[in-house]
Amino acid sequence: MNSATHAAIEAVWRIESAKIVAGLARMTRDVGLAEELAQEALVTALEKWPQAGLPDNPGAWLMAAAKNRALDHFRHAKLVEAKHEEIGRDMEEGFTPDFDAALEDDIGDDLLRLIFTACHPVLSTEARAALTLKLLCGLTTEEIARAFLVPEPTVAQRIVRAKRTLSEARVPFEVPSGDELGSRLASVLEVVYLVFNEGYSATAGDDWMRPALCEDALRLGRILAELAPEEPEVHGLVALMEIQASRFRARSGPSGEPVLLIDQDRSRWDHVLVRRGLAALERAEKTGGALGPYTLQAAIAACHAQARTPEETDWKRIVALYDALAQLMPSPVVELNRAVAVSMAYGPAEGLALVDAIAAEPALRGYHLLPSVRGDFLQKLGRFDEARGEFERAALLTRNAREVRLLLDRAAALHSGLRVVK
Amino acid sequence: MRFMMLMIPKGYESAKPGAMPDPKAVAAMMKYNEDLQKAGVMLSGEGLHPPSMGARVSFKSGKPKVTDGPFAEAKEVLGGYWMIQVKSRQEAIEWAKRCPGSDNEVIEIRQVQEASDFEGNLPPKLIAREEALRGKLERKNR
Repeated sequence: MNSATHAAIEAVWRIESAKIVAGLARMTRDVGLAEELAQEALVTALEKWPQAGLPDNPGAWLMAAAKNRALDHFRHAKLVEAKHEEIGRDMEEGFTPDFDAALEDDIGDDLLRLIFTACHPVLSTEARAALTLKLLCGLTTEEIARAFLVPEPTVAQRIVRAKRTLSEARVPFEVPSGDELGSRLASVLEVVYLVFNEGYSATAGDDWMRPALCEDALRLGRILAELAPEEPEVHGLVALMEIQASRFRARSGPSGEPVLLIDQDRSRWDHVLVRRGLAALERAEKTGGALGPYTLQAAIAACHAQARTPEETDWKRIVALYDALAQLMPSPVVELNRAVAVSMAYGPAEGLALVDAIAAEPALRGYHLLPSVRGDFLQKLGRFDEARGEFERAALLTRNAREVRLLLDRAAALHSGLRVVK
Repeated sequence: MRFMMLMIPKGYESAKPGAMPDPKAVAAMMKYNEDLQKAGVMLSGEGLHPPSMGARVSFKSGKPKVTDGPFAEAKEVLGGYWMIQVKSRQEAIEWAKRCPGSDNEVIEIRQVQEASDFEGNLPPKLIAREEALRGKLERKNR
C-alpha cells in the first residue's frame, strides 16, 4: 500500500473515529457494535482509498460507509420489526445530502455520551482506560498495549470484556444527570488522569507510545472542557495536566535521572502549556463553587509555575491549598506533601512534627518518600546520623535504580563528613 | 508535535488599512476555529491586520532600515495563523484541508521547532541560553 495514503487514512481516523463511533452508538445503542461497525468502515477505506484517492469529505464518507454496515447488520440480524424500522428511518434521514450538518448539531452530545459510557464505573479502571483510548482517541489495541507495557492479547481481551460488561449491564448510552452526574464525572476524570500519569511516568528508553499518552490525555481533557464547560473540575484537571506537562523536558537530567521540581531548570518549562494551564485554572475558579481536588492540585502546581525561582515560591499559599486538599481527600500521601510544604514555609521542625504524626500510617508502610522526606528534615535540623539512617532506609524501599543511587549518595555524603546543610 | 498553519490570502498584500474580511467568511472561520478547539488540537491562533498598517525592518549591511507598509515587493503576506498540537504532519494537513478557505487563500503548514530539534546541531550552552531567554520572555508576557 502507498504509505502516504496510509498515513493520511491514519490521520483521518484519528480526527474522525470518535465522532463516528459516537454517532453509531446513538443509533445502535450499543457501543461495542458501534465500534465494530466503525472498524469495518475503516477497513473499507483502507481497501478503496489507495486507488481512488481520499474523498473530499473523508469523515462523511466513513460515516456513510459505517451506516451502510449498520443497515446490513440489522437486516441480517433480523431484529424485531419495530427496532428495524426505527433504525431504518434513522439511516434514511442520515442519507439526506445535508446529513453532515444535521449530525454536527448532536455530535458533541454523542461524544459526551460516549465518554461517560466508556468510563462507566461498572468497568475496572484498566478496562475504562483501554476502552477510552480505543473509542475516543482512535488508538489501536497494539498501541494501547505498547503504551501500558502489557501484552496485546491482554488489552484485546480487556476491551472485549468491557464491551460485554456494558451490554450485559444494559448501560444506557447517555449523559448522567442529577445526583449521578457528580460520581460519574469523577469516574471520567479519574480515567483521563490515569492515562496522563501513565504517560508521565515514562522514562528515557521507553517506547514513545508511553509519553504520547500524556498528549492523548491532554487532548481528551481539552475536548471534555469544551463539551462540559460548566464543570469546574474538568477545567481543574486540564489545568493540572497542562502545568504538569509543561515540566516534561525539565524533569529529567542528561542521563535520564529524575530532577526534583525544586531543582528543575525553569527555563526548560514549556511556557505555552504553563499559560494554558493558568488560563484553565482561572476558568475552573470562575465557574464557581468550592474548589475540587483537581482544581486544588492545579492551584498548587500553579504556585510553582508562577515562581521564577524556587525561592519565590509562595509556600504559605501552598500549605493553605494542601490544608483544603487534605480536608477534601484525607490521605497520608497528601499529608506527607503538606509536611514538605510546611517545612518550606515554617521550617523543618514543623515539618518533622507532621511527618512523625503520620509515620505509623499503614498506607505509608514501605513508601520510600516517608523516610526520604524525614531524612531531609533531619539533615536540615543538623541531626546528621539520624538523617543518614533515613536515607539508607529509603534506598532499601525504592526499586528505581537512579533514586537508590541518589539516596545512597546523600547518605554517604553525611557519613564522610560532607555535612552540607542544603 | 506542534504545527503552525499560516494563512496566506492573495490580495492581502495590497489591502487598505483597516480592511476586514467578509462577515460570512469570518463566520465560517469562527466555526472552523471552534471545531479545532472542540477537537482539543488548537493551542492558539490570531488574525493579522493588513501589511499596509505594518512595517518592515530590514538589515542590509547590518543596519536596521524601516519601511512602512504596504510593501511593493511582497507577493505573499500572512493573514493569520493557528498553532495546533497533533500526532503527525499528516494530521496537520488533514486539519488544514478542513479549513473553509476561499479561492484566493493558501495555508502553509510548518512544524514548530522544539529544543530537541537543535540537540546535536548547536552547542548545548547555546541551547540553554536560547531556552533561558525564551523562558524570560514568556514570563514577561504573562
